[in-house]
Order: sequence, then structure tokens, then C-alpha cells
Amino acid sequence: MRLERKQRDYWRRNLRMTAWLLAVWFVVTFVVSYFARELSEINVFGFPLGFYMGAQGAPLIYLLIICWYARYMNQLDREFGVSDADPEE
Amino acid sequence: MADYSLPLRRYYAYYTVGFFLFILVLGVLERHGMPPRWIGYSFLFLTIFLYATIGVLARTASVSEYYVAGRRVPAVFNGMATGADWMSSASFMGLAGTLYLTGYQGLAYVMGWTGGYVLVALLLAPYLRRFGQYTIPDFLAARYGGNLARLVGVFATVLASFVYVVAQIYGVGLITSRFVGLQFEIGVFVGLAGILVCSFLGGMRAVTWTQVAQYAILIVAYLVPVTILSFEVTGIPVPQLTYGQVLQKVQVLEERIFDDPAEVDARRLFRERADGYYTRILTLPDSLEEERRSLSTQINELKSSNAQMREVVALERLRRELPKTSEAARAYWDQLMREAGQRGALPDHHLTPYPGAAEGVNNTARLNFLTLVFCLMVGTAALPHVLMRYYTTTSVRDARRSVFWSLLFILALYLTAPAYAAFAKYEIYSSLVGSSITQLPIWVTSWGKIGLVSIEDINGDGILQLAELSLNPDVVLLATPEIAGLPYVISGLVAAGALAAALSTADGLLLTIASALSHDVYYKVLRPTATTQWRLVVSKSLLLVVAVLAASVASQKPATILFMVAWAFSLAGAALFPALILGVFWKRATPTGAVSGMVVGLLMTIYYMIRVHFDAIPWLGIHGIGMEPWLGIQSTSAGVWGVAIGFFTIIIVSLFGEPPSEETQDFVESVRYPEMERW
Repeated sequence: MRLERKQRDYWRRNLRMTAWLLAVWFVVTFVVSYFARELSEINVFGFPLGFYMGAQGAPLIYLLIICWYARYMNQLDREFGVSDADPEE
Repeated sequence: MADYSLPLRRYYAYYTVGFFLFILVLGVLERHGMPPRWIGYSFLFLTIFLYATIGVLARTASVSEYYVAGRRVPAVFNGMATGADWMSSASFMGLAGTLYLTGYQGLAYVMGWTGGYVLVALLLAPYLRRFGQYTIPDFLAARYGGNLARLVGVFATVLASFVYVVAQIYGVGLITSRFVGLQFEIGVFVGLAGILVCSFLGGMRAVTWTQVAQYAILIVAYLVPVTILSFEVTGIPVPQLTYGQVLQKVQVLEERIFDDPAEVDARRLFRERADGYYTRILTLPDSLEEERRSLSTQINELKSSNAQMREVVALERLRRELPKTSEAARAYWDQLMREAGQRGALPDHHLTPYPGAAEGVNNTARLNFLTLVFCLMVGTAALPHVLMRYYTTTSVRDARRSVFWSLLFILALYLTAPAYAAFAKYEIYSSLVGSSITQLPIWVTSWGKIGLVSIEDINGDGILQLAELSLNPDVVLLATPEIAGLPYVISGLVAAGALAAALSTADGLLLTIASALSHDVYYKVLRPTATTQWRLVVSKSLLLVVAVLAASVASQKPATILFMVAWAFSLAGAALFPALILGVFWKRATPTGAVSGMVVGLLMTIYYMIRVHFDAIPWLGIHGIGMEPWLGIQSTSAGVWGVAIGFFTIIIVSLFGEPPSEETQDFVESVRYPEMERW
């Protein structure tokens, strides 16, 4: 298969978005948890921030990440006139 | 698709309304004197009957329907089915309790089991859907050209899924024995029937639609008790928002209770007891003889003085239960020493991350937390029964949307679990601790009868201290309806929810194992010429065999059951994750590299688990293999080593070999890029 410029472009944009979102995922998960003790000084909704992030903050951000990716990619598919949205491929 | 999903929505709406009516009717009947046991039976048999009906209606003889539900499951419904598939009896019953017992540390499960979906959404689901075959080993075989990769994939799939399914069937046995009073072994086989009726006739198609039904029941059952409790305690029926305030009250109570003189005294007594066991272990085998003699003298003294018969019987039982050999005595006392030591230790504050007095302890706790989160996430993104669900959506776009719905439905439970822990802790700290031991609430005595709550007045002051109370994690969820003072029908609902959680996960896992064996081993490797009909026959027979096998293992009540669940994640993650990810994102990964990486990752994980967790495997005649964990990382996070070395091996071996063939590279591109209009 010879790659067309359009396909390379599609893949590059996909990779860039994936990398950004994974970076957010990494920070929210590992960096924030690493400093959980230090973050306990700050209060949100009656929780220490460290605890809140683990219990609600991080999971909700995960949901946003997935939502963002699905919308971005589905938009990208439309932009590139991709045909595999049909029920029967 | 609108014409297909609209009636579906209507059916499931009727179904949910019908289920609420059923609860209401049972509630009224309870008012009029229906005994709890009958309520338990009604829930058990009605729900299983419901699942069976869906299972029979969705029967099929088509391969594509059987393995991937015809690839026409709408995104929302696939999300619900994934939610039920994903949330096991460990999530439903165990998570709230784990959070109760470990506070912040338990959040590793909340983060790990939700954050894994980010990896699924970004790195796997759309690509697997575009590939569009039937199983995960299918993908490995196509990408890494050949049956060797397929077979290693099958081995990892079957190993991880089997460990996991045994735990689910075990969960079913527990639920039926607790709520309906069936014997544990009979409960296991009732559960087995419940699992088979869903998956046997209709495969993935039937499993999908029963899982949607099971999701509705399990989420209602999870949310109702804690919502009512939240309303009673704070006046706002949104537990996810109110438990922050409750935790602040808990924090104040902790300050008071932990330093209470009676509490300090009770902890000291438990520590002394632990020291006593330690001395006995050191002085084996004499101490065993000594112990037996001293028990005998006590019994004789009691008999000669007019003591109560009950005390004599208790002591005689203690003497009977004393181990026979010094090897067994060591294990027995070691266990007792640990238990006493745990009760004697200063409890951790619920809100404090990485507790401990010394910085070294904090750092080890943090490292274990982070590695556990990592293993659970990677495991989530590699457990085949979840990944397989994304083959069933109608399109790649729907697969992406479907991951969103999956996580949304899963969050409904995971965001609520910490609230359960908070409310239970508040109740126990504010009204149970410090009350008189002769006047405990009914839920303590009723769950105490089956050993889930145990109380020992070690300092003999007739008042319950926190250190004197020990809880099985499951009780936090199971007792909440009673703590909130709700009628038994709500307890029955919780049992039905727990059953739905265990059955739905078991269904998905069994189907995954059966598909891996029948599709990948039988059809793709052994008999590529087999007819469609014959393939389904083989698949269904294997399903039956695996189910019975798993039920027999579960009915043995294996002791390490809780660890096994965590291990399943590490095993799946280490074996499959690196090969799947590099398969999509690195064209240069070669078949030799992938196969060696999978094998090395898997072996590494198994090696670490065994040597850290076991000191001896008696039935193999192996002794003294225990080792110090590396960097203090526990066996439940063994996957962190396996995944790392798996990636490393694939990359190194691939770079030393020839680049993959033109055909393979084309395959990778076909998975990456959609069909595009030429221009």
C-alpha cells in the first residue's frame, strides 16, 4: 500500500492528539498522586485535594479525555471523508 | 441504526419500570409479613429467570452473532454491557470495604479501574474495531504473522480469565449462601446454571443483552441504599457530593477515638498477644506440647470447679483445633500473630495519603500505590473480555463513543464506592464504638453469626473499642441497608445487584475463554476446514466444560482468592499489553520480538508473584523460595516488572531481527488508516 499525503496527515494529527491526551492522563494519575501528601493542605468541596483527585477528580478527567478524543477523531474522520462509519463496512 | 436502537430503548425502559414495580410489590408484601427468606428466593429466582428469558430469546446459530453479536450493538448499549462485564463481584462488594479499611490507599482501585479506559480508548479500541475479527489472539496472529503468537495469546487469555472467573463464581456462592441460606457449594452450582443460561445458546449476542439488563439491576441496587443513607445523615440525597462533609466529621472522631485511653490499652493488649505468638513460634516444637498441656490443665480445672459447660466445650474445641505438626503450628500461629498485630497497630487516618510515621514507610506506601494503579490500568487495557466488547460495535466511530459510555456507566459505581466507606465509617465511629457490648445493633449480631463481623472484649471493660472490632470488607456494602434502617427488601435488592455483577462478569469471561479455545485453537490451528455448525458445537461444549471446571475450583474455596483477582490484572497486562500496543504503534516490531516479549513478560510476572507471595509450594515439594520484594513492591503489582521487561524485550529482539514483511507493514497501515476517498 502506497501511503498518500492525506493519510500521513491523518495519522500525524491522530498521534499528536493521542500524545497530548496521554500526557494529561499521566499528570493527573501519577504526578498528582505522587504529591498527594503535599496537596492535602488544599481543600475542595470539603475534601483534601489529594483525596478528592483520587476519588473523583481523576476519574472525571478520564471521562473528559475519552469524550474529547472521540469527538476529535470522529470530526477528523468526517473532515477526511472517511468511509468506515457505515454499519456494514 | 435508529430503527434498531429505538425499540431497544423502549424495551429496557419497560424492563426497568417493571423491576421497580417488583421491588415495590415485595416491599408491600414484607409489610404484610412475608418472611425475609422468601424475599431472598424471589430476587434470586426472578432475576435468574429474567436473564434466562433474554438468553433464550437471543439464541443464535450464526458465527458472527455468536462471537461478536453481529457487530450491530449501538454504542450506548455496548457501554452498559461493558460496564456490567467489567464490574465484578470484587467491585460491587469488595471495593467499598477496601476503601473503608484502607482509606486513601484504596483509591488506587478507583483510579486504576477507571484510568485503564483512557488507554483502551486512545490506544486500542478503535484499532481493534477497524481490524474487525473475533478475538484478541486473532489480532496477534494477524499482526505477528502466525500461530505461535496466537497460541501464546490464547495461553495468556485463558490463564488471566480463568483466575478471574473462579473468583466470580466464588462470589456467587457467597451471595446465595448469605442471603438465601443455600449451602455454599449448592450456591456455586445455582450460579453456574445462571451463567450458562445466558451464554450457552446465544453466545456474545445473548451475553450482551443480558449484561445490559444486569447493569440496570446492579446500578439501582448499588445506588439506592447509600442515597437513602445520605438523605438520613445529611438531608441531601446525593452521596457523591455529601460524603466530603461526613469525612470531615470522621476526621474529628478519629482524633478522639485513636487517643482514647481504653483504646490505647486495648491495642497494647493485642500487641502483647502478638508477641506471645511470636515467642511460641520461636520455641517450636516445645511450645506446641506446652500449649496442649496447659489447655488440658485448664479444662480439668474447669471441670472440677462447677464451671459452665459452654466454657469447657469452647476450650476443648480450641485443643482439638491445635495443629498436629510444628510446621502447621508455625503457619497457624503466624496467621494469629499477624491478626493480633494488625489489631494492635495504630489505625490510619482515612484521609491521609501514604500513612506511616517514618519517611521510608511513606515512600514505600507511595511506590506501592503508584505501581498498583499502573498495573490495574494496564491490566484493564489488556483483559480480553473487555477488549472483545469493542469488536461488537457497528463502526470505528461507535467504538470510540462506546468507550465513553462504558466509563460513564462504570463511574456511576466507582464514584459512589468511597461514599459507602465514608458513611459506614461515620456510623461505626460515631455510634458503635464506645457502646456497651451487650447492646450492639442488630446488624452487628446478624453478620457476626456468619463470621463477617467479630468482636472481642480484650480489656474486659464491657465497652466496644475500635481495636476490638474486626470487619470483613464485604460487610460494609452488605450491612448498609440495615445501618440505614431500611426494610429487608432493600437487602434483597443489594443481593440481586451483587449477583448480577458476578454473573455478568463470569458470562463475559467464560465466553472469552471458550472463544479463545474454540475459535483460535480448534478452528484456526487444528481444523481450519471445520464447518460453521461444528465450530459452534465445539464452542458450546467447551463453554460447558470450562464453566464446570471453574465451578469445581471455586467450590474448593481457594485461600488466595482475593490475591488471584489482582494477579489476573498483572498477568494480562504483562503478557498482552506491550505486544498489542507495539503492534499498532510500531511497525518495526517483529513476530520473534513479540512472542519472546510476551513469554518473558509473563514469566517475569509469575516468577515475582510466586517468590514474593509464597515461601513454599507443598504439593510440588518446593520450600524456602520466598524472597524480599524488590523496592518493597508487593506481589499484587508484579505486573510492573513484567510490562517493563515485556516492552524492553520486544524492542531489543525486534531491532536485532529483520524488519517485518511488506505484508505485515500493510496490515499495520490498514489498522491505522481508514479507507479514504482517493484524490
